[in-house]
Amino acid sequence: MLRWIPALTLTLFLAPVAAGLIGTLLPSVGLMPVLGGTTLTLAAWRELAEWPGIGTSIRLSLTTGLAATAISLIIVFACCATCHGTRLFGTLRRLISPLLSVPHVAVAIGFAYLISPSGWIVRTISPWATGWDLPPDLATAPDQYGLTYIAALVVKEVPFLLLMTIAALGQTRAAETLSVSRSLGYGPATAWLKTVLPLVYPQIRLPVLAVLAFSTSAVDVALILAPSNPPPLAPLVLRWFNDPDLTRHFLAAAGASLQLAVVIVAVAIWYLLERVVVRAGRRWATGGDRGRWGGIGRRTSIGATTIVIFMGFMSLHGMAIWSLARRWRYPDVLPSEWTLGNWARQADSLAWPVWTTVSVGVAAALIALALVLGCLENEKRYGLQPTTRMLWLLYTPLLVPQVAFLFGGQVLLSWVGFAGTWPALVWSHLLFVLPYIFLSLTDPFRKLDERYIRSALCLGASPTRTFWQVKMPMLLRPVLVSLAVGFAVSVSQYLPTVFAGGGRYVTLTTEAVTLAAGADRRVVGVYVFLQAALPFVAFVIALGLPAWLYRDRRALRVAP
Amino acid sequence: MAQEENKLQFDDVSVTLRGERLIENLSLTVGPGEITTVMGPSGSGKSTLLAFACGTLDPAFTEKGRVILNGIDVTHLPPEERRMGILFQDDLLFPHLSVGENLAFGLPRGLSSDERRARIEAALADADMETFAERDPATLSGGQRARIALLRTLAAEPRALLLDEPFSKLDARLRERFRRFVFQHATEQSLPTLLVTHDPADAAAAGGSVIEIGPTVASGISEGGAHLPQDQSHGGLTPQVE
Amino acid sequence: MDRRRFRQAAFGAAVFVVGLISDIGIYPASADEAWNNVVASAKGQEVFWNAWGGDERINAYIAWVGDRVSAQYGVKLRHVKLSDTAEAVRKVLAEKAAGRNDGGSVDLIWINGENFKAMKGQKLLHGPFAKTLPNFSFVDVEDKPTTILDFTVPVDGYESPWGMAKLVFMYDTARLKTPPQSITGFLEFAKSNPSRFTYPAPPDFIGTTFLKQALYELTPTPDVLQKPAGDNFDAVTAPLWKFLEDMRPHQWRSGRSFPKNGPAQRQLLDDGEVEIAISFHPADASSAIANGLLPKTARTFVLDRGTIGNTHFVAIPFNARSKEGATVVANFLLSPEAQAHKQNPQIWGDDTVLAMGRLSPKDRELFDSLPRGVATLPPDKLGATLPEPHPSWMTRIEKSWLQQYGQ
Repeated sequence: MLRWIPALTLTLFLAPVAAGLIGTLLPSVGLMPVLGGTTLTLAAWRELAEWPGIGTSIRLSLTTGLAATAISLIIVFACCATCHGTRLFGTLRRLISPLLSVPHVAVAIGFAYLISPSGWIVRTISPWATGWDLPPDLATAPDQYGLTYIAALVVKEVPFLLLMTIAALGQTRAAETLSVSRSLGYGPATAWLKTVLPLVYPQIRLPVLAVLAFSTSAVDVALILAPSNPPPLAPLVLRWFNDPDLTRHFLAAAGASLQLAVVIVAVAIWYLLERVVVRAGRRWATGGDRGRWGGIGRRTSIGATTIVIFMGFMSLHGMAIWSLARRWRYPDVLPSEWTLGNWARQADSLAWPVWTTVSVGVAAALIALALVLGCLENEKRYGLQPTTRMLWLLYTPLLVPQVAFLFGGQVLLSWVGFAGTWPALVWSHLLFVLPYIFLSLTDPFRKLDERYIRSALCLGASPTRTFWQVKMPMLLRPVLVSLAVGFAVSVSQYLPTVFAGGGRYVTLTTEAVTLAAGADRRVVGVYVFLQAALPFVAFVIALGLPAWLYRDRRALRVAP
Repeated sequence: MAQEENKLQFDDVSVTLRGERLIENLSLTVGPGEITTVMGPSGSGKSTLLAFACGTLDPAFTEKGRVILNGIDVTHLPPEERRMGILFQDDLLFPHLSVGENLAFGLPRGLSSDERRARIEAALADADMETFAERDPATLSGGQRARIALLRTLAAEPRALLLDEPFSKLDARLRERFRRFVFQHATEQSLPTLLVTHDPADAAAAGGSVIEIGPTVASGISEGGAHLPQDQSHGGLTPQVE
Repeated sequence: MDRRRFRQAAFGAAVFVVGLISDIGIYPASADEAWNNVVASAKGQEVFWNAWGGDERINAYIAWVGDRVSAQYGVKLRHVKLSDTAEAVRKVLAEKAAGRNDGGSVDLIWINGENFKAMKGQKLLHGPFAKTLPNFSFVDVEDKPTTILDFTVPVDGYESPWGMAKLVFMYDTARLKTPPQSITGFLEFAKSNPSRFTYPAPPDFIGTTFLKQALYELTPTPDVLQKPAGDNFDAVTAPLWKFLEDMRPHQWRSGRSFPKNGPAQRQLLDDGEVEIAISFHPADASSAIANGLLPKTARTFVLDRGTIGNTHFVAIPFNARSKEGATVVANFLLSPEAQAHKQNPQIWGDDTVLAMGRLSPKDRELFDSLPRGVATLPPDKLGATLPEPHPSWMTRIEKSWLQQYGQ
């Protein structure tokens, strides 16, 4: 039975993505019977090409996606290069980790408030420093070029890429390489950049591409922070899907297919950039420059990372305060009237979204965990090595823009009568949860000393008994952490809930996005706080439970 | 539990990994209470032999030949059914179980809880660690852990004992004591024992036949067993030992 | 009598007898009984009401409705909050595309205008059902013609009226003393108070209504707006585009960015970024003050020549799973109790569709005793109500607006 699990997992994966893509591509060429589209036609594509502002939308998607990814990567590498191995690095890493679990939408909403012209930062310095009695007419959230959008993406992407890099560093012989380079006279940061970075980058390339695909095609964050006239491509496509003029569907399908093309182009550009950087880098690396970046480089990169952490936390903080505010006008730094009424009033309407968020998150995480454990165990027992190709397949739902296959997926679900059911919702979240659980579990699983298993087997325990009584207890902490990761990923999902939930299910995230448009920040604050709190609680359990269970077992209390 | 037929036999065993022959046509018999030492430099396939014996060879290896224990061909049995105890370099006590629970893990099924307790207590007494049942294995000293590891292996009532350099991580004084402890138990229970080591002192203390694996020459000293000529052209084990 | 007449009479008698017999078994003897059947079927059903969720006060009102229908009819109401009604339209369409003709995921939609026209035209609605609702008899179809004519499209019972909307404007008297009184007045206001005025971007309904309002006042022949837009589109809308172009450089953010919707602009008013906010509810300002969303000095104003008003409705998709439950909810929404609660500015402040003359004195009392709200204009000061133009005007205006300002 164990042997089927990898095949089952892949089917669960690729089939819906493929079906969804087809379900989106066909209407784009005019094939959608219910709307009378029975002949192959390129009318939708022509309309797409003539849509006012389409060029700007495409350009916006590409530039914001590439910029956000590049900036995040630069900050991460600068931070690693200058702080690697120091105690500060450990502190930064610990500070940044909680940001990982917070949904994108929560950070985006809080960030929008933080930097808006009547927002928290301006209030802190007005009117005493700026003389602004009334908020200035500055376009910050959203702004014309999408800079704040990029900034919000960066706030979420830096923690993710940093943690991926640290994991990759663990796989490479970074410490030895560094000592060798430094003994050759290179400053630590330069040594890192010249010798360790080339080792690490291939390992994190897939996560980087996932980040790129996300930034180029994100809908939820864009709805909140990206310029809206015209918006980047993905929110525009969503708008067409929602248009009351139902013939717009063909246009939407064409737009969704275009979005897929845009992501492919972004990846292609990224590959080109890689080539350029590699070539320049090689020349630099062998140029002999020992590079004493000294204090400045260090301070800048620490500064940049600190700003990212600060923005992230303050965004959430601001929203938490809003949830307790009754009146908070410009230019007050803190609310003039406080109240618990917001929470009291929302308590009833929160029950349903909270229940859905938690139940779907837990279910998706558990199912994904079972599948991943099955795949990994299978690999161990039958000696199958996962190839790079399999890893790419695993990443597919993260690389294909959601808007490109979710509509087709919805039609498919409706057809089999599953749309709007809880299993369909769980399954749509599962698609995105599984890759992350796989990523977080595969290392600890493979690193477990095989001889423990052998000892257990030779002591007469069956493989099943060994798995449950030896392997799982020893891997309890990584397993729980990966569950928490999966849960956090599920909490952040927006489009899958909107499409597969069929409107019968709402989660904290979908509610927050809708409410963010409604501009009662106090209510939004309640939702954002909960959105951030739930994954946090999951992590506290994931780290606390093994610590408590194994309080008398020193060997299992090692902090990672 | 002395049994007339406590015998471990290897019959024409060959193990290949990616075209490289690690063990070639090895045949070997170890009698009850006998300790046969396998020596050779690292990477020469010593541990592979043990893995083959207990059935935990990675599927990447190609195996040929048979392992016979007490007259039963166990070559195609899964490890948990072979009744071969194995002891590694590291004690590998399960970190999430207490000392007593570790010992209990090895106990066979079908015993009443009283019996189980009795056996655990007997084992702890044997190791001079009567009050250690609830202790965290990580708080034990190296020597203590090694003893518990052996007793755990023996608790499963194995029919043969495989030792994969179990003494090499211990310091000299501890090594001698533990070695005696292990060999004593092996002979007491008449277990055919295969010891893998690179330390000649271990081989000497074992007092059984010695087999060399690997290209370098290092004549084995044996007591009571035949001395084997080295066949360099093979690069593997010379066949025929008795 | 002659042969033909005899046959006619016999035929009539036969029909009568057959009707009588079948009445006993199949057809309910009265509308009351039919309604009782609906209520009985509705009990225990779960109704998914897809309604715009952008205003917290409306969400709270809908939650109240949920409590009441649960207590009174045993119907469990779930509010699915939408950013845009078209999301629900899309869902029903996707289900129809997949052949899902029953057990649909949407039971009730808050709807009007273009969305209604689209759904009715594509046969996505259940009905006609509105006239079968007992409380429909209270609806003021004479003085409030928009309850049966939705943006010039006949309702024909495919949606049930819920509330009356009228375009009004809100401002903070502490900062602004004399608000503009006409559309051209807005242009002068923007010129003398740069970056202090804006309007939500179409396709938001407040934004589009502001454009329609402007069109009404600026175009020389407003009557053509009642008919579908044709080749006269460019000529009729030319003054509108000129107005918007002239205003643009003086707008908030220089017209490069617009608030997402009405409440977002109200937030800007509260934050002090703009001077004027636009709303569809005459009691919005009072309600906002009561809920801590605007300062106590906020007030309402309307334009001299009248502002656009319409009715908003609820409709039931053709494939709704809980049709009876949805029908019961629609009926409850028309009850005097629900309508009065809705009109209360402490709660929401949305005007009723009911005719006071048709209510019992006790029910009328519910309305008379409502607090007016400090920032609400009395009915005589509310100005004339202009009818909505034909939806085709809006579709094309939106498209042109996006073309010009969507960059």
